[in-house]
Amino acid sequence: MTSFALPRGLDRPRIADALQRYGVYAAVLALLVFNGVFTDHFLTTDNLRTQLVQVAPVVIVALGMALVIGTEGVDLSVGSTMALSGALLPLYLGYGLLPALLVALLAGVVVGLVNGSLVSLVGLQPIVATLALFVGGRGLALVIADGQLKQIENTDLLSLGTDSVLGIPVVVLIAGVLAAMVAGLVQRTTFGRQLVAVGGNRKAAALAGLPVRRVLIGVYVICGVLAALAGVLATARLTASDPSSLGNLMELSAITAVVVGGTPLTGGSVRVLGTVFGALLMQLLHATLVTHDLHDSTAQMVQAGIILVAVYVARERRAR
Amino acid sequence: MAPPQASAAQSAPPGPDGPQDPAAPPAPVLEAVGVSKRFPGVVALDDVSFTLRAGEIHALVGENGAGKSTLIKILTGVHRPDEGELRLGGEAVSFHRPHEAQQAGISTIYQEVNLVPLMSVARNIFLGREPKTRLGLVDFRRMHRETAELLGGFGITTDPRRPLHTLGIGTQQMVALARAVSVRARVVVMDEPTSSLEPREVETLFRVIGELHGRGISLVYVSHRMDELYRICDRVTVLRDGRLVHTGDLRDTDRVRLVSMMLGRELARVRKEAAEGHDDGRTPAAEPVLTATGLSRRHLLDGVALDLRPGEVLGLGGLLGSGRTETAKALAGALPLDGGDIEVGGRRLRRISSAAAIRAGISLLPEDRKAEGIIPGLSVRENIVLAALPRLSRFGFVSRRRQDRVVDIFVKRLRIKAASPEQKVGELSGGNQQKVLLARWLCLEPRVLLLDEPTRGIDVGAKAEVQTLIEELAAEGLAVLLISSELEELVEGADRIVVLRAGTVAGELTGGDVTEGALLTVLAETAPDAVPPQGGPEADAAPEPGAADVPDEAAAPGAGDVPEPPDAAAAPELRKEEDPR
Amino acid sequence: MKSLAETAPPALAGPPPPLAVTEQPRPGGRQRAAELLQRQGVLAVLALLCVVSSFVFDSFATLDNARGITIQASFLSIVALGMTLVIVTGGIDLSVGSVFALGGVVAAWASQYGFLPALLVPLAVCGAIGAVNGLLVAKAGMAPFIVTLASLLGARGLLLALTHEGAKTYLVPRGSAFQKLGGGAVWGFGYPVLIALALFCLGGLLLQRTSFGQGLFAVGGSGDAALLMGLPVARTKVLVYTLSGLLAGFAGALNAARLSSGVTIIGVGMELDAISAVVIGGTLLVGGAGSVSGTLWGVLLLGVIQNLINQIGSLNSSYQSVVSGGFLIVVVVAQRYLSASRRGT
Repeated sequence: MTSFALPRGLDRPRIADALQRYGVYAAVLALLVFNGVFTDHFLTTDNLRTQLVQVAPVVIVALGMALVIGTEGVDLSVGSTMALSGALLPLYLGYGLLPALLVALLAGVVVGLVNGSLVSLVGLQPIVATLALFVGGRGLALVIADGQLKQIENTDLLSLGTDSVLGIPVVVLIAGVLAAMVAGLVQRTTFGRQLVAVGGNRKAAALAGLPVRRVLIGVYVICGVLAALAGVLATARLTASDPSSLGNLMELSAITAVVVGGTPLTGGSVRVLGTVFGALLMQLLHATLVTHDLHDSTAQMVQAGIILVAVYVARERRAR
Repeated sequence: MAPPQASAAQSAPPGPDGPQDPAAPPAPVLEAVGVSKRFPGVVALDDVSFTLRAGEIHALVGENGAGKSTLIKILTGVHRPDEGELRLGGEAVSFHRPHEAQQAGISTIYQEVNLVPLMSVARNIFLGREPKTRLGLVDFRRMHRETAELLGGFGITTDPRRPLHTLGIGTQQMVALARAVSVRARVVVMDEPTSSLEPREVETLFRVIGELHGRGISLVYVSHRMDELYRICDRVTVLRDGRLVHTGDLRDTDRVRLVSMMLGRELARVRKEAAEGHDDGRTPAAEPVLTATGLSRRHLLDGVALDLRPGEVLGLGGLLGSGRTETAKALAGALPLDGGDIEVGGRRLRRISSAAAIRAGISLLPEDRKAEGIIPGLSVRENIVLAALPRLSRFGFVSRRRQDRVVDIFVKRLRIKAASPEQKVGELSGGNQQKVLLARWLCLEPRVLLLDEPTRGIDVGAKAEVQTLIEELAAEGLAVLLISSELEELVEGADRIVVLRAGTVAGELTGGDVTEGALLTVLAETAPDAVPPQGGPEADAAPEPGAADVPDEAAAPGAGDVPEPPDAAAAPELRKEEDPR
Repeated sequence: MKSLAETAPPALAGPPPPLAVTEQPRPGGRQRAAELLQRQGVLAVLALLCVVSSFVFDSFATLDNARGITIQASFLSIVALGMTLVIVTGGIDLSVGSVFALGGVVAAWASQYGFLPALLVPLAVCGAIGAVNGLLVAKAGMAPFIVTLASLLGARGLLLALTHEGAKTYLVPRGSAFQKLGGGAVWGFGYPVLIALALFCLGGLLLQRTSFGQGLFAVGGSGDAALLMGLPVARTKVLVYTLSGLLAGFAGALNAARLSSGVTIIGVGMELDAISAVVIGGTLLVGGAGSVSGTLWGVLLLGVIQNLINQIGSLNSSYQSVVSGGFLIVVVVAQRYLSASRRGT
């Protein structure tokens, strides 16, 4: 039924293409320039550092989400996974930071395995498959934590949230390193290239003998681990484990960052840098609106508008 | 071209209960006049005229890309013609949506039954025009009653409340027909209705068609099964490459001529070339590298067996829907089988999967390049190395250097024309996309290469290059299976041709018999499993016109007598297989 | 209704054909069991749970408890009703939680102008949001998931904007007719419960007994076939999302009437509860099959589980989401295999 497409001018898809590809960088730049001119104390190291620290967990989760979306999937359970890892963390901190961290990340692996198996082996739609853990994951986290907010006393963990190296907060460093690693994974590894191929044309990938199931499970596991790590870092920064609110609506922020960053929902391409900038854009936008006395409400409506534009643009490009 | 006097003498009833054709041709019901349709990059229909007369069953034939489906879509309101017009009952009409065509009395039965599987039989038949009670609610009682009556009229007894998907495909088709008829159709268009039916279901369908015919409904019947066409159709229209090739009474057109018109080969030329023969001097090894036996899959394949030797090009012939593509897919592990064995190099493939077949050295160049081959968003380089990624990697990291080396070799050898290896494959021409796919498989160093329509949709230059490449690869010792619906390509490219019909091997041409004439004759023969026991109206269609219309046919060297032995041998075997059912 | 197939006379003249196709009378036992399980599984589980609970907990099988459960479930059930219709068409509406909250706030604000505005204004606003969702899905061809995700944010933003960033809470005038709509009761069963029941009856009729309902199944079952059969696919989609918005807004308004105020922080995650209830109720998430009654049982099942966890007392209330998450996995996996076994014939 592709032939239903109406004839269009040649330019529109090209503009849409450019918009999808570079729009997010231009928008971030425009916001920075706008704030540099109109907002006092915006382009200061302190403020920028704050913005980066705030955006870091979103970036980490969004990196995993970008991989999942690259395979034509979506993972709704990331927020719950954050809560789960945040809830597990204080239970094992007595053994030291490393064991606790490992347990928290293991939770992410398990979540990913469940999601990935439901998608690749059972053949469920990704939305449905990850919905169950979205609902159940946070409940489990609350059960584990007994619904309590727990103060974190472990100094090693707390330092993760507060320390800086060469003036750059550790959280931001970690997010940066992870972004580089994910970019490397996508561009340089067999797994990464297979992932993109599976997302681009699953039938062709299967006919070319690619291990489609293994790739899909792997992608959801990576996404789960990244979300778990984000949960640990967010907990460290909050200085408390709060499974009832940790990671709330994170799936939305992450999907927004990925979509705004130019990764198509139809799979076959993963834009790592775009995703990072997508998260940055939403963060800066929020900060800008708030400093200009526009409220959360406006920020949310603007966010909604941006998502719609991003998806519409991607659709336009596809309709070529 | 055909001598018209031959028809009048031996005119038989066209359909089972159809009325005789009166002397003067009846008025046209539906006409397409000078219709053209272009899609980006292709002219799907070029100035085609088509006339459906009242009460006739009109066969529409042509190979892939001939424009049949486009014409059907124009007749049924899915597409609108760029030029030309549609006339219904003599008046110009223009349909904007399929629904409008339906309301005008043109119903379509698609190849894939186009109903809603989860809904009940009755709901499907009355969808969008449900009978209402006084309260405006759907009157299920009446709906079920009328459904039962409607289907009963076709001799089908089934619970109208049953979900459609629990019925057999044949019955689903009847439901689609019942829906078409119950909207008071004047014209019913059937697009390959028998492609997934059991022989018994085909009989029922034909009876229903006869029923419709008896009511004066005109039918357009698209099928590749010659037997069916000759059994039920009155007239035929042949399309090729978007153009009208022939329209006329089916009785005046014998099978060989019909097939040659579909495939675009002039009989006279075929005969001349056949006399010359050809020899390319390759000597295939004696031991087959691949042996397949008993490949079976419901509705698709029925005990296909073949072997492939290193250094030979085996052609796989057959009309559309004969199981060519399915055989190739089965060999490549991409089609789950109900039964059958595949041996490569003497070792049986235990688990049949794409990955296992690839490991065993079998590579398939799929027919549908876009849907099953290329990954359009990835670069030329990445598409080439896709299957070989693990071999070109170290510890999971892809080695760019090794990739570039491989890509460089194949881009040069296959003369892939791309701005750079980093250009997206989606932006290349069809020929170059095909070469990229060939490169993907060649860099795995396969032992067996299965090529499904390797030159379809690519330009002449690239086509010649691909054909030369196939020769070279075979000369280097690769075993190649070549599928093509172009007779010329098949005959010139292949050392040996296995011909499929209805999912079984119908014949094999070897040595000097590999000629277009011989191939045409095998292709046009009656499929043994479709012959009704008592010999129906088609009995006169098969052998006699061959004698009447083309008297010198038998004299042509290699054309008349060669294919007989394989088919005669195959026929009893096939009948044997039919019996247990 | 008895089967009419055998009694139907052949409508057309001519001798009865010798080769009549008579389908095997009914699908095999396993298939039937599968179908039955899909259709009535929730109801069985719900009934079993209620019976067992009434023996275990003294306070379970009381009228008061039943009143409590039903009034709790009534709001979610209305939202889930709209969700059922959307999911039957193969779509999804993630915005209902926000729209629910928005409906409540708008209703509370409008209640100062009287009963009718308190009902109609939220319906207009929420219906409009639903219509926008529908237009973007049907006309612009965007994925329902992402469109309604955006309107989830947008509606929440609108709500915050209306309430001065959540700082202002509109109150429903005491003793007004609108307040009674939420607070009144018949035999102790709140009006919202009765309204929800009435809506489910209407919804059932709409889905099963009208052309529109048949169209919903067709669009969800096979969009291409529906289009070829001449159904107004785009219009159906727009209408169904509008309906979902209307129902979510109406549920919000009722809730505001019951609480006597437009609470801003409710409705977060409600879309997922609604989806869970719909799926547990046996509606296929891929569309094309489902029932309104199943959704009702699904909502009640979730409500009963919540109630039981409260009854046990020592249990953390978050067990509820663990249980419903587990349920969800079991149900969707079972659905997947059931439909595979049903189609794989």
